[in-house]
Amino acid sequence: MSIYRENIMDNYKEPRNFGKLDSYNIEYSDQNPLCGDKVHIYLKVEGGKLKDIRYESEGCAISIATASILSEAIKGKNIEDIKNLERNDILDMIGIKLTPMRVKCAMLSLVAIKKGLNKNEA
Amino acid sequence: MNVKKDFPIFENNEGLIYLDSSATSQSPKQVINAIADFYNKYKSNIHRGVYDLSEMSTELYEKSKEKCASFLNCNPQEIIYTKNATEALNLAAYSLTSDLKEGDEVLVTEMEHHSNFVPWQQLCKSRNLKFSVIKVNEDFTLENIENKITEKTKILALTHVSNATGSVNDIKEICKLANENNIITVIDGCQSAPHKKIDLKDLNCDFFAFSVHKMLGPMGLGILFGKEKLLEKLSPFLYGGDMIRDVRIDDTDFNDIPWKFEAGTPNVAAAVGFSAAIDYLNKIGMENIEKYENELKEYALEKLSEVEGIKIYKPKSQAGIISFNLYNNDKLIHPHDVSAVLNDKKIAIRSGHHCAQVLMDKLKVPATCRISFYIYNTKEDIDKVAEALKEARKVFN
Repeated sequence: MSIYRENIMDNYKEPRNFGKLDSYNIEYSDQNPLCGDKVHIYLKVEGGKLKDIRYESEGCAISIATASILSEAIKGKNIEDIKNLERNDILDMIGIKLTPMRVKCAMLSLVAIKKGLNKNEA
Repeated sequence: MNVKKDFPIFENNEGLIYLDSSATSQSPKQVINAIADFYNKYKSNIHRGVYDLSEMSTELYEKSKEKCASFLNCNPQEIIYTKNATEALNLAAYSLTSDLKEGDEVLVTEMEHHSNFVPWQQLCKSRNLKFSVIKVNEDFTLENIENKITEKTKILALTHVSNATGSVNDIKEICKLANENNIITVIDGCQSAPHKKIDLKDLNCDFFAFSVHKMLGPMGLGILFGKEKLLEKLSPFLYGGDMIRDVRIDDTDFNDIPWKFEAGTPNVAAAVGFSAAIDYLNKIGMENIEKYENELKEYALEKLSEVEGIKIYKPKSQAGIISFNLYNNDKLIHPHDVSAVLNDKKIAIRSGHHCAQVLMDKLKVPATCRISFYIYNTKEDIDKVAEALKEARKVFN
C-alpha cells in the first residue's frame, strides 16, 4: 500500500507549526546527507516543558509530514518524555510502514529536536 | 534485443522494471554460473601454491586480465584489479600526487562523481597542491579547458560520461590537449565502459578507471588502466603480500607491474565473473549495445516530455541516462517521493544527488530523479515509467 496516505499528504501540504518562533531558547538545524532533507527547529522550553515549537524544513513529503505530526504531538509535553521518544514512537505517530532508507527521512526532525535539547544542557 | 530471459533477477522479482543500471547493473546467469563454478571447482589462492588448483586459479585470474586488455585495446600488464572504481581512482590520486611538488596543480571538473573529486581535493589539501575546478556550462558541457591550464597543471581528472546527467566529454580531444601540455589524464569511465566500445589506444588517456558491477559483472572488482611507462615509475598505493619481490629488515623491493599495485588476495571469483561478462557483452557487440540504448533514450525523451510538469536536464549527448524532476505548480515534488510512488509499481529508479553534490548545487536542486538503461530494458519499461510519473503527479496534486 502507498505510504502517501491522507494524513501524510494533509500534513505535507499544510504542515502545522511551520515557520520560526518569535521567542525561543533552543534552535538546531540538521540534515540528512543521503537525500538532502533539511530541518531547522526552534524550541521554547520553560519549567521542564516544551512550551512551543516551530520548524522550517525542506525535503520529501515524509520528512515534512513527520515534522508536522511530531510538533503537534510534543507541544506542551515534558522534556524528559520527549527525550525518551524513539523510532517506534515516530512510526506509530505517522502510522505508515517505511523502508529503512525512508525511516531516516521520518526520524530527521526528532533527531534534530533531541540534539537541540542535549546541546542546551551541555 | 531480447535478453531479459538471461537475467534471473527478473524471474525472481516478477514485474520488476529496473532502471538504475548507472548505480549497478544486473548480471546474466552466464556470469553468476561462472562465479559459482569457480567456488565449486577451482577456489584456491593465486600466485602461491604449486599444486594444480592454485595453478588453475592463477590461470583464470590472468586470463581475465588478458580478456579485459583485449576488450579495451591495451596490454594486460597495464590492467590493475582493485576492489571498485573508487579504489582505482584513489590509487591513481594517491600515487600520482605523491610525485608532485608543492604548488603543482590538479584540475578536475564540476561534473565529477565524488569518487573522482574528493580524493583529489583532499590530497591537494594535505600535500599543498593547487586544486582547480573546471565549471559546467548551462548546457551541461564543460567550460573551455584550455583556459584553465597553467604551467603548473600536472594532472587532469575528469569523467567520460556524467553519472548525474549523461553529459559526454570528448575524451580523445581533451587527452590530445592534455598530452600537448604534458598533463597526465585520469579518466573516470564508469558510465562509458559498460555502454560503448572503449579503445584506449585511440583515446590515448594515461589512466582509465571503471567498475565491473556496472557492466553485468559481480560486485567487488574495479579496474584501473595505466600506461605501462607511467605505471613503471609510479609508487605503490597499498603494501602487503604479492606486491613484493624481496623484503628485508631495512627495505623492500616491489614486484613488477601490475602486481606491485595489487597487495593481498584479489577477488579471483569476481575476475572470473568479469571474464564471463566480457564474453556476454562481446557476443552482443558493444556497438549494438550503444545503438540500442540510444534508441531507448530517444524513445524515453519523447515519452517523458509528454508528462506534465517534468523538467528534463537534457544534455545533447548520447548516453543512456536521463535526469529529471517533477513539479506541481512550480513546487518540486521531492525525487524521493517520486521514486517511492514508482516503487509501488515495482519500478526501480534512482533519486538523490548521485554522489555529485557540486553539480546538484549548480542545477539549484537538492536532488534529481534518474533513469538509466541497459540491454535488458525495453520500450514497454519506458511506457510504464511515463504512466507512473503521471500518477505520481496526481498523488501530489
